[in-house]
Amino acid sequence: MDINRLTRLSEFAWRIEPVNGMRVPVIIYADETLIGDMDEKVREQAVNVTMLPGIVGACYAMPDAHWGYGFPIGGVAAFDAEQGGVVSAGGVGFDISCGVRTLHTGLKREQVDPLKKELVDALYATVPVGVGSRGHIRLDHAQMDEMLSGGAEWAVRQGYGRPEDLERIEERGRMAGAKPDAVSVHAKERQRAEMGTLGSGNHYLEVQEVSEIYDPAIAASFGLATGDVVVTIHCGSRGLGHQIGTDFLKRMQAAAVQYGIALPDRELACAPIESPVGREYLGAMRAAINCALANRQIITHLTRKVFAEILPEARLDLLYDVSHNTCKVEEHLIQGRKKRVYVHRKGATRAFGPGHPDLPKVFRETGQPVLIGGSMGTASYILSGTASGETLSFASACHGAGRAMSRHQAVRTWGGREVVDELAARGIIVRSPSWRGVAEEAPGAYKDVHDVVIAADRAGLARLVAKVTPMACIKG
Amino acid sequence: MSTETGQLQPATDAPSWEHFPHMADMGVRGRGATIEKAFAHAAEALNAVICDPVQVGTTTPVEIRCEAPDIESLLVDWLNALVYEMAVRQMVFGRFDVSIDGSALHAIAWGEPVERERHHPAVEVKGATYTELKVYRDENGVWIAQCVVDV
Repeated sequence: MDINRLTRLSEFAWRIEPVNGMRVPVIIYADETLIGDMDEKVREQAVNVTMLPGIVGACYAMPDAHWGYGFPIGGVAAFDAEQGGVVSAGGVGFDISCGVRTLHTGLKREQVDPLKKELVDALYATVPVGVGSRGHIRLDHAQMDEMLSGGAEWAVRQGYGRPEDLERIEERGRMAGAKPDAVSVHAKERQRAEMGTLGSGNHYLEVQEVSEIYDPAIAASFGLATGDVVVTIHCGSRGLGHQIGTDFLKRMQAAAVQYGIALPDRELACAPIESPVGREYLGAMRAAINCALANRQIITHLTRKVFAEILPEARLDLLYDVSHNTCKVEEHLIQGRKKRVYVHRKGATRAFGPGHPDLPKVFRETGQPVLIGGSMGTASYILSGTASGETLSFASACHGAGRAMSRHQAVRTWGGREVVDELAARGIIVRSPSWRGVAEEAPGAYKDVHDVVIAADRAGLARLVAKVTPMACIKG
Repeated sequence: MSTETGQLQPATDAPSWEHFPHMADMGVRGRGATIEKAFAHAAEALNAVICDPVQVGTTTPVEIRCEAPDIESLLVDWLNALVYEMAVRQMVFGRFDVSIDGSALHAIAWGEPVERERHHPAVEVKGATYTELKVYRDENGVWIAQCVVDV
C-alpha cells in the first residue's frame, strides 16, 4: 500500500480522510513495513465499506488485514440501525464464527514429549479432519434446531464437555437471538455429517508449548507459565455457515437493489438491519455462531477423550473461546454517546478490556484473552483486551498472521512432504490427509505473526501476554 | 496433468481451465467455444481446487438445475450448486454436460464418491464469490467464465 496516500497518526496508526462519498474515515493499524506490504486492495475495500449506509466511527483495518471479498479480512465496521445502518453477509464472511479456543493441559513439556507421537496419532484418528471426513454425530431436524439455538450450552447438555466450560466462551456458550427457521434446508443438510469436524484449509488442532511470557501478571491470571502445554483448536461453523454465507450473499444482492443501496462493489451486498432480509440474516448468522460454538465444544470433548487415554493426568480446562468472523450488537461510544451498534468483525477478534460488563468475572481485571493463531511452523500468541481498544477499534484486534502468498504461489514454492519433513526436523509433528493441503498452508506463505501482534500491542488494540509454539499439529 | 491448468485448446493455445491467484482464496476460470463449455470448464477448475482431476472417475451422474437474473449470477449459482452437491453427497466431479437456456441452467455433473486415499483432497471449497466474477467473450471469440472461490 502506498503510504503517501495515508495520513500517519502515530507509529502504528494510519488514516484515510473521508472524501468522495466516504461517510467515515478508514483507520489502519500497522507498522510501516506491514502497511507497505499490505495489498492496495485493502485500502480500496476499506474505503468501499465506508460508503455503506449507517456506518459509524470509522472502518478499521487490523495489522493482519488482507484482500478479502467485499470487506477486507481483518476489517471492523459498525452500523447504527437508527441511521439506516446495514448488515452485510460479506462483512462476516463464509466461515461464520470461525474462531480459536485454547485449553490448559496442566502438563509441562517434559511430561508430554515422550508421548507426543502417540498423542498426535490418536488425535488424528479421533478428530475428523480434512475433506471427506464425517463426524460421529447425526442430528435429526429437531436436534439440529436445538443445537442452532443452544450452541455450546446444547453440546454440554448432550455430554460434550463440562458446565464450567461455558463461562469461558464468548456469549457464555450460547448466542442469543438465533433463528433456526431462518437457516435454509440446504445449510442444515450440509451440516448433517459435519458436527464435530475440524474442516480443512487453515483450520487445525495444535498441541503447543508456552514458550515466552511478556506480561507475567496477566499470564499468571490466565494460568499460563513457561513450559506449560496447551491445546488450541481453530475451526468454525462448517458447511452450515458456508451455506448461510452463500444464501445471503445472493439474497442481499437483490435486497440492496430493492432498498436502493448503491454498492461500490457487488461483494458488499447488504440489507438494512431493520428489514426482513436483514433480520433473517442476523437470526441465521447467530444460529451459525451457535453451530461453531457447539462444534468447537464437541472437538474439545474428543480431545479430552484422547488425553484421558494417553495422558490421563491432563486437565484440559478451557482458557477461552473467541470467534473472529461475526456481527454482534454491542454498546460503544459514538461521538461521545453510548450507542448500540452492529459490529462486523471479519478476520478480527473481539478484545474487551478490563471491567467490561460482558466479560466473566475471571477476566474483569485483566481483559479477555485474545487468541491469535499462527501457522504450523510459527508461533501463536495470547493477548489480552485493553481499555484503549474500546476507543481505537470498537474493542477489536487482529486474528492471525494473514497470508503473504496465495495458495497458488505456495504450491509452486513448496512440496507438502518437504514442509512436513522440515517441521519434523524442528520437532513439530504434522498429520494431514493431503500433501497439497500442507503445501498451501506452508508457514512461509504467511506473514510473520510476530510483527502482527507487536503492531496490535503497540497500537494499543490488545496487550501481548504469552507466546505459544507448536509441538504437534493436525490439519485438513 | 497439473492441477493448475487444463489441457490446451488448439484454437486459442489457452488452457480450457486454470486457476488464477487470489491472496486468501483461489480464482477459477473456464474457457470454451460456447458459454456452456466455459461454464463446464469453470466447474473443472473448481473441482481441481479440491483434487487432481485425473484421479476422478465419472461413473455417477448428478442432475443440477439453477436459475439467476443474469449470466454472471448464474455462474456463481452453478458453482455453488456443485459445492453443495460435493458437500452433501461427499463426491468429487470430473465431467460436466451443461446446457443454458436464457437464465436457466441444466447440467449433469459426473463424478464419484470421494476417497481420501485415492483423491487426496487438499481443501474444501466453502462457496463461490462475486469477486473477479466475469462472463464474457474475448477478442478471439472464446467465452471466459471466472470468479474467486472461498477455501
